[in-house]
Amino acid sequence: MLVDKIEFSLLNPELIRKMSVAKITKTELYDQEGYPIEGGLMDPRLGVVDPGVRCRTCGGSVGECQGHFGCLELTRPIIHVHYAKILFSILKMICKKCSRILIDEKELKKIKERKLAFKKIVKLAEKRCPYCKQEQGKLKFIKPYTFTEDNEILNPIKLRERFEKMSDEDLEILGFKKMRPEWLILTLLPIPPVTVRPSITLETGERSEDDLTHKLVDIVRINERLKENIDLGAPDFIIEDLWELLQYHVSTYFDNEISGVPPARHRSGRILKTLSQRLKTKEGRFRGNLAGKRVNFSARTVITPDPMIDVDEVGIPQLIAKELTIPVRVNEKNIEEMKKFVLNGPENWPGANYIIRPDGRRKKITEQNKEDIVKEIAPGYIIERHLQDGEIALFNRQPSLHRMSIMAHRVRVMPFKTFRLNLSVCPPYNADFDGDEMNLHIPQTEEAQVEAEELMAVRKHIRSPRFSGPIIGAIIDHITGLYLLTHGKKKFDREEFTQLIRAVDPEIEIPDKKTMTGKEIFSMFLPKDFSIEHKSKSCVGCKKCLKERCEHDAYVVIKDGKMLCGTIDKAAVGDEEGKIIDKMEKLYGPEFVKKFLFKITRLAVDVLTKVGFSISISDQDLPQEAVSEIKNVLEKVRKDVDELIKLYEKGELKVLVGRTPKESLEHSIKITLRNGLNEIGSILEKSIKENSTIMMARSGAKGSMVNITQTAAVIGQETIMGERMERGYYERTFPHFKKGDISLEAKGFVSRGFRNGLTPFEFFFDAINSRESLMDKSLKTRHSGYMERRLVGALQDLKVEYDGTVRDSANRIIQFIPGEDGLDPSKVERVGVDVRGIAKELFR
Amino acid sequence: MKKINIERHELVPKHIILSEKERQELLEKYGITLKQLPKILVSDPIIQILNGKVGDVVKIIRKSPTAGEITHYRVVIKG
Ligand SMILES: [Mg+2]
Ligand SMILES: [Zn+2]
Ligand SMILES: [Zn+2]
Ligand SMILES: [Zn+2]
Repeated sequence: MLVDKIEFSLLNPELIRKMSVAKITKTELYDQEGYPIEGGLMDPRLGVVDPGVRCRTCGGSVGECQGHFGCLELTRPIIHVHYAKILFSILKMICKKCSRILIDEKELKKIKERKLAFKKIVKLAEKRCPYCKQEQGKLKFIKPYTFTEDNEILNPIKLRERFEKMSDEDLEILGFKKMRPEWLILTLLPIPPVTVRPSITLETGERSEDDLTHKLVDIVRINERLKENIDLGAPDFIIEDLWELLQYHVSTYFDNEISGVPPARHRSGRILKTLSQRLKTKEGRFRGNLAGKRVNFSARTVITPDPMIDVDEVGIPQLIAKELTIPVRVNEKNIEEMKKFVLNGPENWPGANYIIRPDGRRKKITEQNKEDIVKEIAPGYIIERHLQDGEIALFNRQPSLHRMSIMAHRVRVMPFKTFRLNLSVCPPYNADFDGDEMNLHIPQTEEAQVEAEELMAVRKHIRSPRFSGPIIGAIIDHITGLYLLTHGKKKFDREEFTQLIRAVDPEIEIPDKKTMTGKEIFSMFLPKDFSIEHKSKSCVGCKKCLKERCEHDAYVVIKDGKMLCGTIDKAAVGDEEGKIIDKMEKLYGPEFVKKFLFKITRLAVDVLTKVGFSISISDQDLPQEAVSEIKNVLEKVRKDVDELIKLYEKGELKVLVGRTPKESLEHSIKITLRNGLNEIGSILEKSIKENSTIMMARSGAKGSMVNITQTAAVIGQETIMGERMERGYYERTFPHFKKGDISLEAKGFVSRGFRNGLTPFEFFFDAINSRESLMDKSLKTRHSGYMERRLVGALQDLKVEYDGTVRDSANRIIQFIPGEDGLDPSKVERVGVDVRGIAKELFR
Repeated sequence: MKKINIERHELVPKHIILSEKERQELLEKYGITLKQLPKILVSDPIIQILNGKVGDVVKIIRKSPTAGEITHYRVVIKG
C-alpha cells in the first residue's frame, strides 16, 4: 500500500465506531478459567499478545496481527483535558443563545479574507450578540476541566449543545476544517488494542496488567455505575459525583501529570504511566524510541591513555572484540580463512559467533557444533567473525558537540578491559581519564566502512572547521618533553640520543656524532625541505624582538629541515595553535602530519622518562626580596584605594562620563587593583628562578602565570558578576565590618595566596566566587546542550547534493552553494590582516 | 517624508526578475519545480518595486566577503 498523504484531524465519533471491532461493557477481564471475557477490556477481538493464539478479528498470530481498536460508550460526555483550553476560547467567542461567532458580519468577512490567526480572532469577540442581540454571560475556566457561566457550572452536555449548533462556515473561519469542536467533548472512547497494553504472565502464573488496562478498568467500572444509577433514577448529586469521577478517570487516562489533579495510583501506591507519559520526555516514545534508538554492534567502556598506539588507532579489549562482529560472505578465495575462524569458535579470538545460511537462517556457533559447521560452510554462506586489527570503528564521546566528537579509528585488539586512545586525540573529544567512558560502533557493510574511512577518519579532522587550525596536536607532557628537549643547548651523548631516536624510528640513520643537541634530535624527524619561523609560546614579548638572537631562545627558526634556534612548545606543535602542525598539514597532507605527530609525541614521552620531570610545592617559594616587594605593592594599592574612597566621600572624585559617582569609584578601584596585580605578576616572573611549574606555564603545557601568582602570592579581588562583593548583610558583607565600609578587605579582596592560606573571611569570599563560576558553568552547558538539540532538529536532513546545492528531505533547495560561498572552513587560511603594513605601503 | 529608493541602498542586493525562458532553464538545471525554490513574498518591498507577480522567479546577486559575488534565486509567492 502506498501512502499518498497523511491528514491530521480530530477523531470523530463516527470514525471511532467504524474502526471499532468490539464494544466494551464489562468490568471483568477474565472468566474463572482464565480466558478473556468477550466485551471485557482484554476481548479476544482486540488482538493477540499470547503466543499460539490467533486473533478473532483477522486470524493473525502474534507479530502478524497489529491489534484492533474497540470502543466504550460513555454514559455522559466527558471533556478531553488537553483540549479544554481551546474549548474555552471557542466558548468565549460564540453566542450563548444562537451559537454564532460574536463578531458582526462585515468584520467577519474581513477576517475571512485575511485569514486571521485564531488567537487574534478571540480578542475581537463582542459582549452582545450582533445577530440575536443576546447579552453574554460571564464565562470562567477553572483548570483543568470546569467551565462556569455567571458562576454556574456549564456541564459537558450543555457545552456540547452549544458547539453542535455552530455552522460549518463559522467554524471554517476559526480554522476548523472537516472537524467539529463538539468532538473534543467525548461521547465515545476508543479502546486501544491489547497489543498496546500487553499483560504479562508472572512466573507464579499470576497475570499482571499494563497501567493503561488498569486505568481503562476504572473508566469502564465508573461508566457502568453511572449508567446503573441513572437507570435507577438516583438523586442528582450522586449522578453529578459519579460524572465528575468519570471525568477524573478519563482525564488521568490521557495525562496523569495534570497540575491540580491528584495522579491516579496503582494499588501499590506507584503513580500510573498513562498515555501522555508514554510519549513525553527523553525516555518517551518520540525521543526514546523513534528519534533515538538503541543499536547493535556498539560498545561502551572506560577510556585510558596509551602513548604507544598510533593517533588514529583505538585499543579495544579482546572481550569486546569477541562480541562485536563483522559479516563476511564466504567465497572460493576466503573459505579456508573463514573455516579457521569458525574452528576458533566464539571464545577464542579471532573466531566467529554466527553463520548465516544462504536461505537466511542464522545459527550460533558453539564449542560443541563448530566442527559440524566447518564441514557445512560453502561459498554463499555468511560468517559473522570477530573484530580484527585494522578494521574501522567509529569512536565517540558525549556530549557530541561538533563533528570531531565521532571519528573513525583503526581497531587494535588489546588485553584488559578499557578502550585505549592516543593522547593527541583528547582535545577533539574533550576527553580525560578521570573515569570518562566512550562509545564505539562497528560499521557492518563495506560501503559503511569506506564511507566512515573517507569522511570520518581521524587524520581528516586534524584541522577544525571552527577555527581553521589544528585541533589535534601535542598536549601537556608532550609539550613539556619537547620543551625540555629543544630549549637552550642541551646535549645528549651517543647512547642517549641513539636510544631516543631508535624509540621513535627503528630505521632512520643515526648520525655519526659524539653528541647531539636537542634541536638536532628534533630536526631528525622534520622533512628535509621544511622551513618555518615563528615566535614561541614562551616569548615574553620583548619590546623589540631580537629574533634569532632572542635571549630566551623563544624564536623558532627551522630552515630546510634543520632547527636552528628557538624552543618547541605549544605554539609550535600544540592543539589549537601549533604552527608547525598547521603548516605541515598544508604542505604534506594529513597522513604525513599524523605520522609526524606520533613520532614527536613518542619522542617527547621518551625524553621525559630519560630526563625526568617533577613539580613541587617549593616551586612556589619566593625569595625574601620578592616577598617584601609584593608587600610594598599591596601596601601601595591599599593606600591608593583608601585615597580614592576618601575623595569619593568628600565628593571630589572625578566622575567618569556615563557613570554615577559610585560607579566611577568602583571603576577606579578596579583599575588600581588590576595594575597592582599585574605588577605583582611581573615581580614573580623575574624573581622566581626557572623551575618545573614555571616551565609548564611558559611552554603552554599546563597552567598559567595567573595560576602561579594566585598560589604563590595574591589571589586578588573576588567578584560576583564582575563587581566587588556586594552581598550578605545590610550595607556590608559580614557583621564584622562597619555598615557602609567599602574598603578592600570588606569587599572581598584576598591579599594572600593559596600556598600561605586564606583568612576565614577571604576563604568565604573565595567560596562565593567559586560557587558563582560553578553555577555559570552548569548553566552554560545546559544551554548549549539545548541549543545543540534544536540545531540538530532544524538541520538534520539537509545535505549537499551532487550538483552542489544544499537541499532538505523534500528536495527543496536551501542554498545554491554550500555555505553561500562554497568554502570549507577547515581549509581556509587563517591570517591576521597586517593593517600597519598595508598602511605603510599605501602612504609611503 | 522623503521616499527612499531601497533599490539603491547598500544593504539591498540586486534583484532581477527572470524571463520565462531563463526561468525554465533554471528549473531544468536543478531538476526542480517552482515549489522547491526558496521563496519571497509579493508584498516584499523589492518585489513591489520590480512589479513582480506570483510565480515569478527573482535572481538575487549578493555581495559576500568570502565569495565575492553569489547568486541566489527565489520564487515569488502570495502573501
Ligand atoms: Mg573527565
Ligand atoms: Zn487481528
Ligand atoms: Zn446570538
Ligand atoms: Zn624575544
